[in-house]
Amino acid sequence: MALSRLSSRSKGISRPLSAAFSRSISTDTTPITIETSLPFTAHLCDPPSRSVESSTQELLSFFRTMALMRRMEIAADSLYKAKLIRGFCHLYDGQEAVAIGMEAAITKKDAIITAYRDHCIFLGRGGSLYEVFAELMGRQDGCSKGKGGSMHFYKKDSSFYGGHGIVGAQVPLGCGIAFAQKYSKEEAVTFAMYGDGAANQGQLFEALNISALWDLPSILVCENNHYGMGTAEWRAAKSPSYYKRGDYVPGLKVDGMDAFAVKQACKFAKEHALKNGPIILEMDTYRYHGHSMSDPGSTYRTRDEISGVRQERDPIERIKKLVLSHDLATEKELKDMEKEIRKEVDDAIAKAKDCPMPEPSELFTNVYVKGFGTECVLCSVQGPLCEF
Amino acid sequence: MDFEQSLRRTRSASVSARSYAAGSKEMTVRDALNSAIDEEMSADPKVFVMGEEVGQYQGAYKITKGLLEKYGPERVYDTPITEAGFTGIGVGAAYAGLKPVVEFMTFNFSMQAIDHIINSAAKSNYMSAGQINVPIVFRGPNGAAAGVGAQHSQCYAAWYASVPGLKVLAPYSAEDARGLLKAAIRDPDPVVFLENELLYGESFPISEEALDSSFCLPIGKAKIERQGKDVTIVTFSKMVGFALKAAEKLAEEGISAEVINLRSIRPLDRATINASVRKTSRLVTVEEGFPQHGVCAEICASVVEESFSYLDAPVERIAGADVPMPYAANLERLALPQVEDIVRAAKRACYRSK
Repeated sequence: MALSRLSSRSKGISRPLSAAFSRSISTDTTPITIETSLPFTAHLCDPPSRSVESSTQELLSFFRTMALMRRMEIAADSLYKAKLIRGFCHLYDGQEAVAIGMEAAITKKDAIITAYRDHCIFLGRGGSLYEVFAELMGRQDGCSKGKGGSMHFYKKDSSFYGGHGIVGAQVPLGCGIAFAQKYSKEEAVTFAMYGDGAANQGQLFEALNISALWDLPSILVCENNHYGMGTAEWRAAKSPSYYKRGDYVPGLKVDGMDAFAVKQACKFAKEHALKNGPIILEMDTYRYHGHSMSDPGSTYRTRDEISGVRQERDPIERIKKLVLSHDLATEKELKDMEKEIRKEVDDAIAKAKDCPMPEPSELFTNVYVKGFGTECVLCSVQGPLCEF
Repeated sequence: MDFEQSLRRTRSASVSARSYAAGSKEMTVRDALNSAIDEEMSADPKVFVMGEEVGQYQGAYKITKGLLEKYGPERVYDTPITEAGFTGIGVGAAYAGLKPVVEFMTFNFSMQAIDHIINSAAKSNYMSAGQINVPIVFRGPNGAAAGVGAQHSQCYAAWYASVPGLKVLAPYSAEDARGLLKAAIRDPDPVVFLENELLYGESFPISEEALDSSFCLPIGKAKIERQGKDVTIVTFSKMVGFALKAAEKLAEEGISAEVINLRSIRPLDRATINASVRKTSRLVTVEEGFPQHGVCAEICASVVEESFSYLDAPVERIAGADVPMPYAANLERLALPQVEDIVRAAKRACYRSK
């Protein structure tokens, strides 16, 4: 029954179930229009339409990639508890729709910069699971060769500029990248992501002022998960309408749990920024984990609230319902996909566990660009002079 | 390379540099800096200038005079008075491959932006294992001026030079200003370029070589301004002039002082400093900044670690007074090292063993 339904979608091709399914992900670009669940709320601009253009391929890839992101973050939780990940570990599960919707609206020439909750953004920009887990465990094949850690993932060839540990700093940095894009006439934009906690930072308003004065293609994206660490938004912001906080800068409030709303908003923002300068997007989203692995996440919010969001607004469930209602796959096919994803993640972890730690000589490399340093006499704890 | 080889290389380079500087042309430090920025902007379209009053006002201290007229508003940017914001924007532009020259009206104001200098700029190449380098220059007047009071007089050399990932330069002469600023702008790493307001108007002889648009000084190499054999005086920026005056006075009393102009605070040219102390057996270091954890403290530690058995006297360290800078002219004078303080310290170093 399921097979024949799938076959009719794929124009009557009959073949083994898994092959038909994977064929339909990669080649079927039948257009679909999806309505966002909620309307957009606009500040100083006309909101975009709630009808979002998509395709069967995109819908299925949304499911797959978000499920992969979810699985990756849950696996990281276990690795942290097993003490294979040290220090800070800020997980993104619940917020996947923002990462995926944004990627669907832009190219790799458009830049993204974010704070420390960066694992899924890195994956969305084309990073691999292996690089993620190797970096988290401080191994030499990590995306930052084990020298950065959870908060310092980068992928410059996909215009992903990190990965920053100082709350709010990434916003002026992102406006600077937008400056460079305009300076070099690249016709590209920068998405500078920050949280509701960072939204009150002074440097954000300084950067926004300059962006507006100089017409920079900066898009400020507030991932409002309603808690800045343990402080609820109403305790930190006199005005928690973050999309309006730009004052003279237009803004849009978006349902951040709806990947299609995110996609539409980012598309709209890119068009706006290229013509008219900065715009703010507020993504109404939620994180299931606490602020980091050191935070249980339940001392400042109720378990009912968390499970309520999971039941009513989970971004992956929403996509799953769309996939099923559009007959793009069956429950079983999606479950098989999830099994595949689990295996993919487990394999990446196993490979990362086998990866060695960095060589001791790496302690002194990359302080300066290679070849532009001089002999350093000060690293004489062990005795040897080091050259970098 | 071994220590002896590096000493020989350093010594011969600085001797030849001295003989070149005996030119007949003169140039103010201000003009030296201006011409350096001008030439680097001309050579590389990625270089741009950003800061308060750098454009239409021609620069608060006229260092960027004429650049807006010559290169236009797409290369010279007047910013609002928002150091945290515009410094972050400068660093972000450097992430994306441009070469910003960010001016702080004085380095006292850089404290508002210091997170971007340290955490966004200095550490990025390391944290990204080489993916994100930051070819930015942060420049402006550093240290005491005249009568500007406590909040406008601090020296930040020790603060910035303690950070791995930064390069910290401090020119003295016009030749230093040209060669080091050009090197800084070309360098792919973040450079903190500490100028001195009181030196801007001073004229120095400048060689034909230094006037050439390809002229560059190496980062990390000190210059022996005056050769001597009895005591080594190590310093940077404006204090180099004071140390040279002190050396003249000491020569009248039969003490031959060797004066080293650091030029580079990080990397610190420990080889040149130690080679000199091994020759003279005595060290006096001078700085304008606060004494505790200062640049001089680092130099003293380096000499005690590397050349202890060569010392004939305890190391001497002269710094600014351990107080916020007072306004009254007499107190301000007392708060800063003077030529007589350097002379006194050098004599102490010379007679201590008697």
